[in-house]
Amino acid sequence: MPEIIKRSKALSVNPLKASATVGAALAFLGFRRAISMLHGSQGCMAFGKVFFVRHFREPIPLQTSAMDQVSSVMGADENLVEGLKTICEKSRPDLIGVPTTGLAETQGADVARLVRRFREQHPKFARISVVPVSTPDFIGCMETGYAVAVRAAIQELVPPADQAGTRPARRPRQVNLLAGSHLTPGDLEALKDLIELFGLQPVVLPDLSDSLDGHLPEQDFSPLTVGGTPVGELAQLGDALATLVVGASMYPAADLLAERTGVPDFRFPHLMGLDATDALVATLAEIAGGPVPAKVERQRAQLQDAMLDCHFMLGMSRFAVGADPDLLVGFSELLAGMGAETVAAVAATNAPALRQVAADRVQIGDLEDLEHMAREQGAEVLIGSSHAAHSAQRLGIPHLRAGFPLYDRVGAYQHTWVGYQGSRQTLFDLANLVLRLEKGEIQPYRSRLSQKPQGERGGAEEQAA
Amino acid sequence: MNPKDIAALLDEPACAHNQKAKSGCARPKPGTTAGGCAFDGAQIALLPIADVAHIVHGAIGCAGSSWDNRGTRSSGPQLFKIGMTTDLTEHDVIMGRGEKRLFHSIKQAIDSYRPAAVFVYNTCIPALTGDDVAAVCEEAERRWGTPVVLVDAAGFYGTKNLGNRIAGEAMVRQVCGTREPDPLPEGIERSGFKVHDISLIGEYNIAGELWHVLPLLDELGLRVLCTLSGDARFREVQTMHCSEVNMMVCSKAMINVARKLAEAFGTPWFEGSFYGVQDVSKALRDFARLIGDPDLSARTEALIAREEARVDAALAPWRESLEGRKVLLYTGGVKSWSIVSALQNLGMTVVATGTRKSTEDDKARIRELMGDDALMIEDGNPRALINLVWEHGVDMLIAGGRNMYTALKARIPFLDINQEREFGYAGYAGMVELARQLCLTIESPVWEAVRRSAPWAAGGNRRAVSLETVVGGWGSPLVQGSDGRRSGPCASGDGSQSEACADAGVEVSHA
Repeated sequence: MPEIIKRSKALSVNPLKASATVGAALAFLGFRRAISMLHGSQGCMAFGKVFFVRHFREPIPLQTSAMDQVSSVMGADENLVEGLKTICEKSRPDLIGVPTTGLAETQGADVARLVRRFREQHPKFARISVVPVSTPDFIGCMETGYAVAVRAAIQELVPPADQAGTRPARRPRQVNLLAGSHLTPGDLEALKDLIELFGLQPVVLPDLSDSLDGHLPEQDFSPLTVGGTPVGELAQLGDALATLVVGASMYPAADLLAERTGVPDFRFPHLMGLDATDALVATLAEIAGGPVPAKVERQRAQLQDAMLDCHFMLGMSRFAVGADPDLLVGFSELLAGMGAETVAAVAATNAPALRQVAADRVQIGDLEDLEHMAREQGAEVLIGSSHAAHSAQRLGIPHLRAGFPLYDRVGAYQHTWVGYQGSRQTLFDLANLVLRLEKGEIQPYRSRLSQKPQGERGGAEEQAA
Repeated sequence: MNPKDIAALLDEPACAHNQKAKSGCARPKPGTTAGGCAFDGAQIALLPIADVAHIVHGAIGCAGSSWDNRGTRSSGPQLFKIGMTTDLTEHDVIMGRGEKRLFHSIKQAIDSYRPAAVFVYNTCIPALTGDDVAAVCEEAERRWGTPVVLVDAAGFYGTKNLGNRIAGEAMVRQVCGTREPDPLPEGIERSGFKVHDISLIGEYNIAGELWHVLPLLDELGLRVLCTLSGDARFREVQTMHCSEVNMMVCSKAMINVARKLAEAFGTPWFEGSFYGVQDVSKALRDFARLIGDPDLSARTEALIAREEARVDAALAPWRESLEGRKVLLYTGGVKSWSIVSALQNLGMTVVATGTRKSTEDDKARIRELMGDDALMIEDGNPRALINLVWEHGVDMLIAGGRNMYTALKARIPFLDINQEREFGYAGYAGMVELARQLCLTIESPVWEAVRRSAPWAAGGNRRAVSLETVVGGWGSPLVQGSDGRRSGPCASGDGSQSEACADAGVEVSHA
């Protein structure tokens, strides 16, 4: 277990962390015909919007309760109710997420009560789901906010089995997938394909691979998400055969889902590398009650072959990784499985999952910490978001882009990291970066005594001097 | 910040919105609001000052998703690209430890990065809990001897525009006038060539576009004491009070700076733009006119004649492709007209322009340029913009990056002209880049490809059919190639395309 080193400096320099508020907004982007209204000042929304627009290169539906000076001081209850009403009237969404910001929480806003008031005052919008969630930006990070938003959605939209009349395995092919924030749309697509190969039917919660996978829809404009988990599906989660949970941050949400539905769940901290993917595939075979498809066997063999090819480059290589906890755990274990070392590990916030990081110590901190640790430890490759590019440049080492935000590469958000195929490609990418370092290259030695032509002999400098 | 101070900033006599019954800065409406907050505006306005440590005092929401996200460039220090925030925790908020954290943060920034100055941006949470940020800044400056400037711009104070003004106010009050300009390098001035000091207010050096203009100013003997704030240094801002003329560049955002410098130091100012050939020339002439140096005027005319001839020749091939194309422009303030003339100069027709953030002056200029029936867009919600594009057969939408992916999803050619863009369009040289970018997207073969249905789809081009029902017999040049011919059988909006598309489908599948 690594030593967890807490933040000790006053100033955070080059933040690794994005707020829990935008994390919650991200989770709601994975629902169909949804929109979030951040309860805070309008900048909270504008920054979040630009953040996601640049990452996904997609239009991002996001609104705000637009707290101004008067409402910040005197109370912003009316803003919230009025905002919900306006969105309902204008866009008729299926779901409105209401993540709070630090401003609203500091003021003491009680969003759950305000949503009840909205319900009382505007019964005609009763069919529109509203999910309030407390995500002040002074607690946790993006991963935290995302996870509590998914839990809140379950709380709000998944009724207990006896009320909903659901029964585990009533839909004998359905498998729920609780997807953590570290999974990209590309990851989710790969997982859906894998699950389908077993003859099972995945319902992903939330499904960013359906809403933010970068597809060109028929309609020219939508003020809401185009794609994502249909809100109606949530009531049927209880009919599933099993629930797969990916990412330790999602375990509290999984607890609630299991409690509500009684559907057995299978938990995976991450799905990077052979061991992690083996665990998933074995589980799928067990759930489906059949053999592992030949195609999957083949992909496993391909990954094994790639591990052989890449271990020459990756073995004893030194990596610096800065990420939210689940992604950090995934990378560190993938690297450890190749004989590589995570010599600098920085997480945006503390979380129970960090105990599983395969490194001697984990710093809770920022990209400045990562840069310092990487320099001290002689890291050879840096793994982190686009923000880490400057750090890698100053360190003079190659940079693999992963995490949030990725704004200086096209299509990076869609990269597949997990499963046999995703892990294989990740290993190739990492090994190629290490190859660029030309490690072990021996500098030519030029003998002073040799008979080679003048310019190729050693000691020319001394002679000249 | 005191409500009285905010009211004073909102009451801007030089702003034409003031003459209306209500202030131009309307209250944002919950659930239907776009745009940033006062902190956003303040940060945009000052972040380009490159050798300053910019500390955001607040929880991670403010800096965490906004640091290092602007297209502004520096010719030297990159300190402004280092994101700094006190990243307040729950404990800090509850236990009131924000002030202490800020104090130590300032020290840490000074120790680690030796900045020319520290700017502290106050944000919502500490503003609400009542941190005495001003006292912390004062004490830190006294203790460590590095200037510490408070920019009290909590998001809930108001809009982005207010934030711009708060930022400008902080510069005028706390920084301008604290240093005299460096002496001119020897051998520059000679008989018939006197150097004059000027400042550019509201120029952010997006994508480095200021560097298209600076060589011209150098040649004319106009020394830019300071740009507020593109590629600026703290020591430059300190000397702004000494400029002979200030130019308000393409933004009413910091109009208070120009006005206050005029009041305090008697510096004349004019509003101008570096977008478009005529506007660049006009700005150069305005400098000469206000400075009143006959030598300068003569040099200016000669330079304008030379540059206009050069750019005219460089633009000729692009004009051929752009002539007659229809553009819908949606942007704020001065850009609503300054870009219009640039586009007209390229032979394009501006069908409509956004005026949400424009003043009455701006609107008068628009009428002058586009005629009395100029279409002005007050409400720029994406749906309305897209409808306008369809209704008027517009070839291209020009707007801020926020709208880019909305336009692309609607398969509308798009050019980004706001903060985050990658290309500089200012100056004579910038015009050529603008023309190139316009052609690059407008003539791209992808538009036809993305509007085409799959060869196997029933009913041919669904997009064109749905458009036809919207506008009736729509046959816009949107789907024409650069030579004016229709670029493919599927691009036609008339009823016959299903058959044509079926043919095209056969071709495609054979290829």
